[in-house]
Amino acid sequence: MTTVHVPRDSAARSAGADEVAAAFARHPDVRVVRNGSRGMLWLEPLVEVTTDHGRVGYGPVTPDRVPELLDAIRAGADHDLHLGPVDDLPWMRAQNRICLARVGVTDPLSTTDYENHGGIKGLRRALDIGPEATVAEVTESGLRGRGGAGFPAGIKWKTVADTPGELKFVCCNADEGDSGTFADRMLLEGDPFCLIEGMTIAAHAVGATEGYIYIRSEYPDAVTTFRRAVDIAYAHNWLGEDILGRGLRFDLHVRVGAGAYICGEETSMLESLEGKRGVVRAKPPIPAITGLFGRPTVVNNVLTLASVPRILADGGTAYHKLGVERSRGTQVFQLAGNVKHGGVFETDFGISLRDLVEHHGGGTRSGRPVRAVQVGGPLGAYIPESGLDLPMDYEKFAEAGAMLGHGGIVVFDDTVDMAAMARFAFEFCAEESCGKCTPCRVGAVRGVEVIDRITGGEDPDANMALLNDLCDLMTDGSLCAMGGLTPNPVRSALLHFADDFTPRRATS
Amino acid sequence: MDVADRVLAVIEAHRHDRGALLPILHGLQAEFGYIDQSVIPLLAKELNLSRADVHGVVTFYRDFRSEPPGRVTVLLCRAEACQAVGAEELVAHAERTIAKIGQTAGNVTLDQVFCLGNCALGPAAQINGRLHGRLTPHELDAAIADQTREESS
Repeated sequence: MTTVHVPRDSAARSAGADEVAAAFARHPDVRVVRNGSRGMLWLEPLVEVTTDHGRVGYGPVTPDRVPELLDAIRAGADHDLHLGPVDDLPWMRAQNRICLARVGVTDPLSTTDYENHGGIKGLRRALDIGPEATVAEVTESGLRGRGGAGFPAGIKWKTVADTPGELKFVCCNADEGDSGTFADRMLLEGDPFCLIEGMTIAAHAVGATEGYIYIRSEYPDAVTTFRRAVDIAYAHNWLGEDILGRGLRFDLHVRVGAGAYICGEETSMLESLEGKRGVVRAKPPIPAITGLFGRPTVVNNVLTLASVPRILADGGTAYHKLGVERSRGTQVFQLAGNVKHGGVFETDFGISLRDLVEHHGGGTRSGRPVRAVQVGGPLGAYIPESGLDLPMDYEKFAEAGAMLGHGGIVVFDDTVDMAAMARFAFEFCAEESCGKCTPCRVGAVRGVEVIDRITGGEDPDANMALLNDLCDLMTDGSLCAMGGLTPNPVRSALLHFADDFTPRRATS
Repeated sequence: MDVADRVLAVIEAHRHDRGALLPILHGLQAEFGYIDQSVIPLLAKELNLSRADVHGVVTFYRDFRSEPPGRVTVLLCRAEACQAVGAEELVAHAERTIAKIGQTAGNVTLDQVFCLGNCALGPAAQINGRLHGRLTPHELDAAIADQTREESS
């Protein structure tokens, strides 16, 4: 019997993994396991064959090549898709996987796999040491929110723990709407129990009994997998009234978004969970004190909560040793857009953007020179090729007028029109603004118009001054990051690619 | 079952959920394919909300359609990562050959989306819930044709 792993991750499926799995399943002496993706997406569908030397990779595999591949495997012969042991591939060796330790390795819905690979240890230890010490471990680790704002998780948890209340909530923000980010999705599909464990630890730490995960509707596979994982966790006593027989009660509900980017903003997500329009709330009060249905609420991103089990299992000090300055631990970077080797890459903070894009990413997929890289989603700055030596660190990025955000890195080659990208930033804001505050709702529409006038040659100097003024106003006057950060991509494009904004004549 | 009973069955399934309106709207869209204006008064009455509140929620979220879609729904990603690898060319092709974004022609509804989480394998599209990657115009046509055949059989 030969065991082969074929990912069930939706990116792998988009490249034909289901067809490949079906082709293997036609052979009676082959056992097919559907794992998550290792995150080397240019190799998908990446098939792994279990051998005496570990799991050996082949990819990208197409269904028609499955019979010859099986012949080669059985004969011990070489094959042109042969990659060698997957754990020894340079992309894998260069990483330090904490959040994604099991993603791609295990069957995501197997509780046995989960426990055999270190799962549930963190929760057991949290229960042993008690809520206060659990919060202290997270504070000690230096873990900061991975959703983008980078707020220290321990401080947030302590606030919720210290706020009195009969009913408290833990909410996981899985509304991963930033273009160029997909790590939350890969974790939801590839290691859902890790997130369930992280949320349960959070609930224990702050005294919450109910949890909600808000998954965006654009991720139907993640919703299906996560719902199944929750059912299995209940059946396994990892959720419910008496978790692990230790008297802890925590109920977890899965909610699905409805196509609004703004619901990734935490207060807007809470409104949406309450069944309302996803309109941003003014802060204060902060959600830690007055959150979901007015109750004290932990709101954390998927990757923040998925880092927690390991922090508890190994201790906060071990986690704090990783990373640089005030950016501790690991970050899951996502290489996307026009990149040769795209995928997820988890490593300690401090690695340079150039190392990620050029060395690990292999430059552009088109083979043309890199011109710009957008880090941190649609509200992140564009960084020119000359700026790629920037280290991946919250503060270093802030100093450079950029932001790390959720770790998405979108690469563009030299054919990109940066005036068009700046215009798109406003267009996107206009489309996705919740409409509550005027700078964002109206400013975004005016931004599109002003850029059109500039590129159309209509009084460019005066309109450029107007554009700068508009950017100031949106930055200072918007209620949340949507309007407040939209000027980031616009201003960075103006600063580094001013030539693209020179008036042009219609070519048609 | 008549329409009102089917609506009530969906409401009943979520009556005890906190903030039940979104799960109910998803349930209704799964049942009927869209949210008909006529269900709004019933939802308002059953959930003790104003009709304006319900209307506000239905219209705030892009997912909730006011008209039935075609048998095949194509969502083309237009976010930055897909733009970096030719999403706009794909959109132009689809608008030329199928319908304008947001419209239905025959069996096919074409719409846009900002990010499907397939950013390393763009340009991406979701066709009846199934994710596709690295799409050329030709492959998009083939994938839509496959889905159309599947839905008709």
